[in-house]
Amino acid sequence: MLGPSGCGKTTLLWAMSGLHALTRGSILLDGRPVTGPRPNEIGVIFQEANLLPWRNLRQNIRFPFEIKRAKMDGERVDTLLEETGLAGFESAYPRELSGGMQQRASIVRALAQDPGVLLMDEPFGALDAFTRDEMNLLLLRLWAESGKTIVFVTHNISEAIFLADRVVVMTPRPGRLARIFTIDLPRPRTVEMTFEPSFIEQIQEIKRVVESGGGHGLEVE
Amino acid sequence: MSEVPRELRDEVPTFEEAPRKGDQGPIDWTGITSFHPAKTMLEMVAIVGLFLAVFFGLELILRVTDTPTYVFPKPIDVVQTLFSDFGTIYAHHLWVTMQEFLIGLAIGSSIGLLLAALITQKPFAEKVIAPYVLVMVTTPMLAFVPFLRLKLGFGLWPIVIAVALASGPMVMINAATGFRRTDLAKIALARSYGASTLQIFTKIRFPLAMPMIIVGFMVGSIFGLLTAVGGEMVAASEEGGLGERLVYFSSLARMPEFGATILIIAALGVSIYVIFYFVGKRWASWEA
Repeated sequence: MLGPSGCGKTTLLWAMSGLHALTRGSILLDGRPVTGPRPNEIGVIFQEANLLPWRNLRQNIRFPFEIKRAKMDGERVDTLLEETGLAGFESAYPRELSGGMQQRASIVRALAQDPGVLLMDEPFGALDAFTRDEMNLLLLRLWAESGKTIVFVTHNISEAIFLADRVVVMTPRPGRLARIFTIDLPRPRTVEMTFEPSFIEQIQEIKRVVESGGGHGLEVE
Repeated sequence: MSEVPRELRDEVPTFEEAPRKGDQGPIDWTGITSFHPAKTMLEMVAIVGLFLAVFFGLELILRVTDTPTYVFPKPIDVVQTLFSDFGTIYAHHLWVTMQEFLIGLAIGSSIGLLLAALITQKPFAEKVIAPYVLVMVTTPMLAFVPFLRLKLGFGLWPIVIAVALASGPMVMINAATGFRRTDLAKIALARSYGASTLQIFTKIRFPLAMPMIIVGFMVGSIFGLLTAVGGEMVAASEEGGLGERLVYFSSLARMPEFGATILIIAALGVSIYVIFYFVGKRWASWEA
């Protein structure tokens, strides 16, 4: 989901997660309406890493298991830590980790629960451009391996095109779905692709839709 | 299926790191825990050196000027009586004061902590109670000791209650400041994993409030010790206590014993500080 600030993309994502009530309409997951948190099916990744500063990395990853009163799947967690390059930092506290590492830890925390759907709310917005590229590649890899449905909110057009199969463009005042673009960039994707003329063209096309306010558009309920 | 979490309502939290300075409440007590202890050898040597200089300097001055003991006790005499008479004179009274202090602190802080957790859930209750808590914090509770003595007799309880009244509100206002520091993003995180209200309290709100709770205990303990010793000076139990000994020794002009009693009280105060310093290091260092 892509759009400028104030178009309601974060609000929509929060509603999908069951953390935010709807005024009208309904959100369905596998045919069942989402009326509250669904911890076993939906994983949420927040802006900033949202780690608990009084817990070290491993304790942070154990946090959801404690809430669910379940045993931590140590092997799965170790594999994920290995994949995200966090192995060896298990006993570090969040303030000792870089922004990118913190966000990777929060991804591990969510994936350790093995949810079917991952909702990501501008997860890399606070990171610098280099770290952001790195995180995007990591996310693509994890996505390819796990095959999870990911809803990713961003205000960065090139990030949206780079990651997505479909880009849902939203426009503000009132928040509407303007258009849905299907991205036919081949996979696996590389950072070099973002410099191709066709990629730039795609960016410009989406930018035009955002700026024009999307005409009548589709109303979001 | 659970409902949409109520405390989030229609707010989407802003993700700002670190609480603002103003979030510390009306009085910023955090300075009391952020004392910088000596680390290098040179600093250690300087501290010990200063102590020795004052100790023997004082001894020398008192000897040269030939000051009588009832005017000012010689440091060596003070240390001598402290060590040779500890078991016979001081241990019993130290134990009495410790009992009053610890039982009073335990009662006062438990009630204070519980009240803080409850009132911060209800802003209305908090506003109604606030002025009364302020009165309790600012009134010296040892003023009630003579009155409590009349009502409750000559046991330890009057002073225990005064200590509880002095330390409880201190723990309460600081803990309340801590509990008020709710972080919506972290609550949302816990909710997204299906956390109950109780789990949010024990796993999010309580650890988030921990640094302020520790500050509350430290300030409350210092007020409590003050009240215990002061209370004993005003109206001690039959058992005595360090405060009662201060009055007794000074009335007999037994200045070395008087000085030794003060040393014990000072050591008690410093131990309280050191204990909470390390408790803070263990449980609240994440915030530093």
